[in-house]
Amino acid sequence: MLKIKDLRASIGDKEILRGISLEVKPGEVHAIMGPNGSGKSTLASVLAGREDYEVTGGSIEFNGKDLLELAPEERAGSGIFLAFQYPVEIPGVTTVNFLKTAVNEIRKYNGEEPLDAAQFLKMVREKAKLVSMNDSLLKRALNEGFSGGEKKRNEIFQMAVLQPLLAILDETDSGLDIDALRIVSEGVNKLRSPERSTIVVTHYQRLLDYIVPDYVHVLYNGRIVKSGPKELALELEEKGYDWIKEEVDNVAS
Amino acid sequence: MSTETIDLKTKLITEFNAHEALMNGKAQSEFNQTKKQAIRQFEALGFPAAKHEEWKYSNVKHLIGADYTFNSKHEVTPELADEIQIPGLDGNILYFVNGQYEAGLSSIVSPTSEVTILPLKEAAVSQEELVNKYFNTIAKTDEEAFTALNTAFADHGVFIHVAKGKVVTQPIVLCYVSDARRQNVAHQPRNLVIIEENAHVKVAETFQTLGEERSFTNIVSEIFVAKDAYAEFYKVQDESKNAYHIGTTQVQMLDRSHFYSATVTVNGGFVRNNLHIEIDGEFCDAFMYGLYVPDGVQHIDNHTLADHRKPNSISNELYKGVLRDQSKGVFNGKIFVREDAQKTNAYQSCKNVVLSDGASMNTKPQLEIFADDVKCSHGTTTGQLDDEALFYLRSRGIPKSEAMRLLMFAFCEDVLTQIRIDSIKEHMEALVSDKLAK
Repeated sequence: MLKIKDLRASIGDKEILRGISLEVKPGEVHAIMGPNGSGKSTLASVLAGREDYEVTGGSIEFNGKDLLELAPEERAGSGIFLAFQYPVEIPGVTTVNFLKTAVNEIRKYNGEEPLDAAQFLKMVREKAKLVSMNDSLLKRALNEGFSGGEKKRNEIFQMAVLQPLLAILDETDSGLDIDALRIVSEGVNKLRSPERSTIVVTHYQRLLDYIVPDYVHVLYNGRIVKSGPKELALELEEKGYDWIKEEVDNVAS
Repeated sequence: MSTETIDLKTKLITEFNAHEALMNGKAQSEFNQTKKQAIRQFEALGFPAAKHEEWKYSNVKHLIGADYTFNSKHEVTPELADEIQIPGLDGNILYFVNGQYEAGLSSIVSPTSEVTILPLKEAAVSQEELVNKYFNTIAKTDEEAFTALNTAFADHGVFIHVAKGKVVTQPIVLCYVSDARRQNVAHQPRNLVIIEENAHVKVAETFQTLGEERSFTNIVSEIFVAKDAYAEFYKVQDESKNAYHIGTTQVQMLDRSHFYSATVTVNGGFVRNNLHIEIDGEFCDAFMYGLYVPDGVQHIDNHTLADHRKPNSISNELYKGVLRDQSKGVFNGKIFVREDAQKTNAYQSCKNVVLSDGASMNTKPQLEIFADDVKCSHGTTTGQLDDEALFYLRSRGIPKSEAMRLLMFAFCEDVLTQIRIDSIKEHMEALVSDKLAK
């Protein structure tokens, strides 16, 4: 599904991703962990097409398409979804109108007929239940005045509505209390299927108690320095990141 | 001074003199005396020159460089009026085409027990006492040339009188149409709106142009809001790119009155809107909302004034603009807090999005505060669309152009939702949305 080969990306003069390779197959959940500043969020942003970053090398193939050739909206149309670390507040655009536009633009991209108002509302109400989201939030301006937890829940709700093939959760756990974390994780788990894959970017292991990964990768200094089964996350939780840093730095010197 | 300037000015003064000769015995009435005084004031002031402080960013040389036929004949049939009317509009609808009141196109539905609605010229005779008491008492003919000029020719326009305690349940919508299909046309509507104690009314002015020739509108509305009265006032503009519009809305508020306004300019070539509110009472609430969305080479200038003359009142102002192409915007917001106006709360905000290098916005907040116990704030911002918001929308599958339109419209919606006449609100939303999609 997703093949990242030797990906390099910079912001300004600073190289942040320094050769990342990763393959995600349908149905798999991959966790990307690592200390702050290691490039986790950059990887998520580059996958979604954020224009602040310049890709300086490597390739990303998604279901046979060259992802780097696609605009952010075309990536979304192809089935990629980024749950933002800091969801944006957009005054004046209601959540429901925004989602209706998004759903129908994605359908259009895939040559499907738009949903009518009734079909759309029915679907949206079902998905709102999935993340225990109150209907009244739908009529409010997108994320405006939402608490941190409500914003993150809204991200997962959007994911449920848009049904992506590859969901990238960028530090969805940051700033969440334990109840919100459970609701958000349940939402993600309900959407798991043999066709859908997930990349979970997180600093802490806690989220992985709820969203259990198939693979864990450790990102450090813009490279994946260690990969392993889900137990690797527990080891990291216990021992911190320093031992990995030491290992890598020793090899380098 | 260019020769054209002298021409239009001379032409208008000559026309006035010819017109005066036809007044027969009525020339001595107070109404006509006021007009004669106004033409002298216009003669002394002349059209504002480029260096005039209040006209610094809005040069009228092209406006006054053209020739116009004032109050000319037109060919607007009831069918055409229907076609161009705001969909779903109801209430009292009055048409003024090239300045002339068209009873045949208009419908006045509110009973006379609620409100008196008359052409101003008729009211000057049948309601002489009221007209003499109010007409031209707050308009600034001694300072503003266009107001003086309008006053001199104040025959066209409407007189609205809401008696004490009356609630006008249907809005009063004044539709001004310039029929510029055959020639350059001009008109100078003059409105007098008197809202007596504890009365309620909603008034809207709409402006449209037919055809591609030049049109010049010079409108003045005086609105008197008595004690405990409530008024909503909307001005919506959808004129042609060859339309020049100078409009002045002069408001006086007395104790505990409420004045709520929105001015929305979508289309028009050169637009200057003056909205001046004298808050001459205590515990008044004055609201001013405004929106302008110029593109091409449109020029839209809003000058507002909240003049706090008595204590304990509130004024609240929000103007917003989206500027594209080579368009120009001007916002000048004055707040005066006079010595007596203690405990005044005055807020002003002007926010702009400038989307091209060729577009420009000049903002000038002007606060003059002579009282010491007041709360005043003002702020202006001029920027671009939020890149992060744009990326967020695109990351959900919404193409860039559509995402930009959504964000621009959302920015405008703040002001559009302030229009509390649904049909007009929905129409303006559609106009703005369509324009932003281009």
